[in-house]
Amino acid sequence: MFRHGIKSGVAIAIGYAPVALTFGLLAKSTGLSIVETTLMSMIVFAGAAQYISLNLLSLGTGPFEIILTTFILNIRHFLMSASLNEKAEHDPLWKKALYAFGITDETFSVAAMKEGTVSASYMFGLIFISYSSWVINSAIGHIVGAYLPESVQVSLSIALYAMFVGLLIPAVKTERKALWLAVCAGAINCMLLLWLHVPKGWAIVIATIVSAIFIQWIGEKRKETTYAQ
Amino acid sequence: MHSDIFFIILGMGIVTYIPRMLPLTVFHRINLPPFWRGVLRNVPYATLGALIIPGIFLIQDDPWFGIFGFTSAVLASWLGANVMGVVFVSVLVLTVYTII
Repeated sequence: MFRHGIKSGVAIAIGYAPVALTFGLLAKSTGLSIVETTLMSMIVFAGAAQYISLNLLSLGTGPFEIILTTFILNIRHFLMSASLNEKAEHDPLWKKALYAFGITDETFSVAAMKEGTVSASYMFGLIFISYSSWVINSAIGHIVGAYLPESVQVSLSIALYAMFVGLLIPAVKTERKALWLAVCAGAINCMLLLWLHVPKGWAIVIATIVSAIFIQWIGEKRKETTYAQ
Repeated sequence: MHSDIFFIILGMGIVTYIPRMLPLTVFHRINLPPFWRGVLRNVPYATLGALIIPGIFLIQDDPWFGIFGFTSAVLASWLGANVMGVVFVSVLVLTVYTII
């Protein structure tokens, strides 16, 4: 199962490479040492939050605001972790507490789309390769990021999004409900981000919850009416 | 640079870990009603939708970058490519697009 996890994680590891390299590069230009840069990737392991923290650090924002912003941005993982718990095998709690550290948008999406249940050893494999890519490439980015050709940086920025699409489409083909859930969440997310200017972390949480509840509610309603007839 | 950078990194790590860890360890024995189980099962698809839209169209200032990337990923996936294949095809299409 560990090897199965590694195999599923290769796409994430590749997608993380340019994001982490760029993070390392930006961290350097923000004034972080290579130790601080690598340590942040090792301890936080959350792309968006790390990027934004660099922004805030360069603006001279205080520690409390930076930590609070990180929390707001990453609260969405609560929802993902709760959803994953529904298909997690009954592994010892310490193992679940350990792999919980590695839940990101990407590792969650891959694990959630996997058929059947999710075991701790699968998660360890999946996270091992993703985490290694994230940490190592952050360090490399700090050293050589400036030498990465721009055309490569630009076209690789699509990689993680392409992965999300590649995870979603097979589900959409077999279950129409998946399409409605995704489109509904995407539409709400657009409205929250672009129109109401809700912070990104909250926007994803709200869009996900509203869409998941709304589509479930419609589903039950339709079932009721079918039974009534 | 902040002299308390290590404190900041540690704090960021803690507030990131807690939401990841709580449901997997504390919800362990809680039995949810069927409706809410269904909602949790819906979460992955909804999350993917919110992660893709509108983000994919805003990666670069040029809107066509996202549109081409999105279309090639959907097509590749629809025609049966696996996740790695989808990533490969869209990166390739956009490399060609960027060069042209």
